[in-house]
Amino acid sequence: MLSTPRAAEVRASGTAAPLLEVQGLTVRFRTERKSLQALTDIGFSMAPGEILGIVGESGSGKTQILLTMMGLLAENGRAFGSVKLHGEEVLNLPSDKLDRIRGSRMTMIFQDPMTSLNPYMRVGKQLTEVLVKHRGVGGSEAVRQAAAMLEHVRIPEAQRRMGMYPHEFSGGMRQRAMIAMALLCKPALLLADEPTTALDVTVQAQILMLMRDLARESGTSVVLVTHDLGVVADLCDRVIVLYGGRIMEDGPIDDVFYNPKHPYTKGLLRSMPRLDEKTHGDLPTIPGQPPVLSLLSGGCPFEARCELRQDHCKSVFPPLVRSGPRRLSCHEVSL
Amino acid sequence: MNGQPLLSVQDLRVHFGAGKKLFGKAATIKAIDGVTFDLRPGETLGVVGESGCGKSTLGRAILRLIDPTAGRVLWLGEDMAGLRGEALRRERRNMQVIFQDPVASLDPRMTVGQAIERPLITFEAGLSGEERRRRVQEMMELVGLPRTWAGRYPHEFSGGQCQRVGIARAMILRPKLIVCDEPVSALDVSIQAQIINLLMRLQREFGLSLLFISHNLSVVRHISNRVMVLYLGKVMEIADRDDLYARQLHPYTQALMSAVPIPDPRLERQRDKLLLSGDLPSPINPPSGCRFRTRCPIATARCAAEEPAYTPFGKGHLVACHYAGTKPGDVSHS
Repeated sequence: MLSTPRAAEVRASGTAAPLLEVQGLTVRFRTERKSLQALTDIGFSMAPGEILGIVGESGSGKTQILLTMMGLLAENGRAFGSVKLHGEEVLNLPSDKLDRIRGSRMTMIFQDPMTSLNPYMRVGKQLTEVLVKHRGVGGSEAVRQAAAMLEHVRIPEAQRRMGMYPHEFSGGMRQRAMIAMALLCKPALLLADEPTTALDVTVQAQILMLMRDLARESGTSVVLVTHDLGVVADLCDRVIVLYGGRIMEDGPIDDVFYNPKHPYTKGLLRSMPRLDEKTHGDLPTIPGQPPVLSLLSGGCPFEARCELRQDHCKSVFPPLVRSGPRRLSCHEVSL
Repeated sequence: MNGQPLLSVQDLRVHFGAGKKLFGKAATIKAIDGVTFDLRPGETLGVVGESGCGKSTLGRAILRLIDPTAGRVLWLGEDMAGLRGEALRRERRNMQVIFQDPVASLDPRMTVGQAIERPLITFEAGLSGEERRRRVQEMMELVGLPRTWAGRYPHEFSGGQCQRVGIARAMILRPKLIVCDEPVSALDVSIQAQIINLLMRLQREFGLSLLFISHNLSVVRHISNRVMVLYLGKVMEIADRDDLYARQLHPYTQALMSAVPIPDPRLERQRDKLLLSGDLPSPINPPSGCRFRTRCPIATARCAAEEPAYTPFGKGHLVACHYAGTKPGDVSHS
C-alpha cells in the first residue's frame, strides 16, 4: 500500500490525464423576488486517485458543487460552465444519459446515510441492485460480492446483516453500508458530502481510513466536502477554500496549512481549538457573521470580515491567480 | 479544591423503561449508571463521550428535567431530591441551560428581547417593565448583540447570533451554574471561536460554573478545567484538563483522543491511530464487568468477570480500568 505514489506526485509528474475538469461553474437560483448566485466561476481538475478537500462555512456553496456535478440541482437552479468526466461533458445532461454515468463512474455519499438508503428495502437487496443495474452482475454472484463488500467496510456478521433493514443498523454502520454501495460500482469519482460529520470521532476515524484505502488501492478520486480542517489534514492531498460561492485559495494541503495566504484561510486555521494546543486564552476569531448570498456585491465576499480590506475589495472581485500548484484570490496578498 | 462544591453528584442513576418484552421482565435502558463527581464554584467541567454515552441525560438529570432513578444530587450541600414545588423553583433560577440548536431553542414568534426577558417575568415578578427592559438591554450588550435589536425575531439572526440570545437568556438571572449541551456544535468554525470566547469571559466575570457537554475534544480541552470521560453511562476517567490531555490512562480515553484529527497534515501522517472496532453496545444490556471491554484493545478475561474500581493516580485523577496506564501489547492474554 505504501508503494503507491501519492496522487500529488502523480499529478506533478504530469503523466496522469485529468479525470475531472471543472471550468467556470456558476450556479444561480431564481427565488420569488430575486436571483441568487450560489457559485461563481468554480474551476479545478483532478487526477486519478487524488483526494480533494473542499472546505467552507454554511452558504459557501460547497455542497452545491457536488449536487450540480451529480445533476441534482434544485428545480429553480441553473448551472453554467463545464464539468468534464474523462473528457466527456456531464453538466446539464438529460437524466437518462446521466443515469449511465451516475452510480457507475461517479457516485455520491451524503452526510445523512438515510438520504440514500431505502428504509423499506433490505440492505442486501439495495446492494445487489447496484450490481445488477450498473455492472450486469446477477444472482448468487451479486449476493456474494455484496456480502464481501460489507465485510470489506468492516461490518461485522455481513451475511446476516444483508437481511436487515437500514433502521436496524447504527449510524456508523449505515454510513459504511452506503460507502459499500458506492464502492460496489467501482466508481472513478466519489463525491462525499460531510460523510463523517454526524458520526462519533471513533467511527469517523474508521470511515476516513476506508476512504483513504479506496483512493490508494482502486485509484478512485475523492472530492470530500467538509467544514473540519482536521479531517482535511488527515485525508486530503489538496484543499480548496470556498467562501460566498467563490474559490479563495487552493493548493496542496501542506502549503495551505503551513503557509496560508488568504486572510480567510489564516483566520479559519487560527480560530480552531486544537487537541494538542498548549494555550487557553482567547481564541483568535474572525469577526462578523457568515455571508448572506443575497447581500453580496460584486466584490470579494469576505471583504466585510477581512482585516486587510481596502476600498476596491468591495467593488472589484480579485482574480484567481495561479502560481505553481497554488491559486489565490486576494487583492492584498500575493502568492 | 477549597470550600464546598457547588454541585455534588453521588452515584447518580437514570434508567428508562424500554417497553415490555414478550416474556420476562421489561427491558431497562441504563442511560446513567452510577456517576459521581463534584463541581466547584467557578469551575468548568467538560463531559465527553460518544453519542449514547449518557452525557445529555446527565445534564438533564442535574437540572431535574428528568428525575433520577437513584443516587443524590447535592446543590450547595443540600439534597435536590428533597426539593419540591416552590423551593425547587427558587433553586432552579441558579441553574440554567444552553442547547445545541440555537434556532430551535427560541420561539419563532417571540422577539429576542421577549425571549431574554422571559426568565425575569417568571422569577422576578416585582420588577417594573422599565427595569426589565433595562436589564435585557444590558444583557444583550454583555453577549455582544446591539441593544437596538431587542425587537427583532430569531429568523433575522444567524446561528451564532441566536446562540448569543440563548446565552443572554441563560445569564439574565445571574445563575451559578450553566449546563452547556453541545453549545457550539451546530455553529460554523469561524463563529464557534466567538461563542467559546464569550462563554469563557462570562465565566471569569461572574464566577460561573459550567458543565460543558461536548463530543468535540478539542473544544473541551480549550474551555475546561477538568474533564470527565463517559462510556455507556459510567465514568471511565476523570482528571484535571492538562493532566488528562498529557496522560490518558484509560484505553477508551486513549482511543477517543487518537481518533480526533488535528489540523496539521505532517503530524497527522505520523500519528498512530488507535482504531476501535465496532460501535457502542446497547445500554439495555451493557457488557458484564467493564462495559468497555468489547471494544477494548487490551481486555482480558478478568475484564469480563470483574468491574474495575476507580484507581486514583494523584491530583484527583481517577481511572476505572484494571490495566490503567498500560499500553496495548503490554497486557499478557493468558
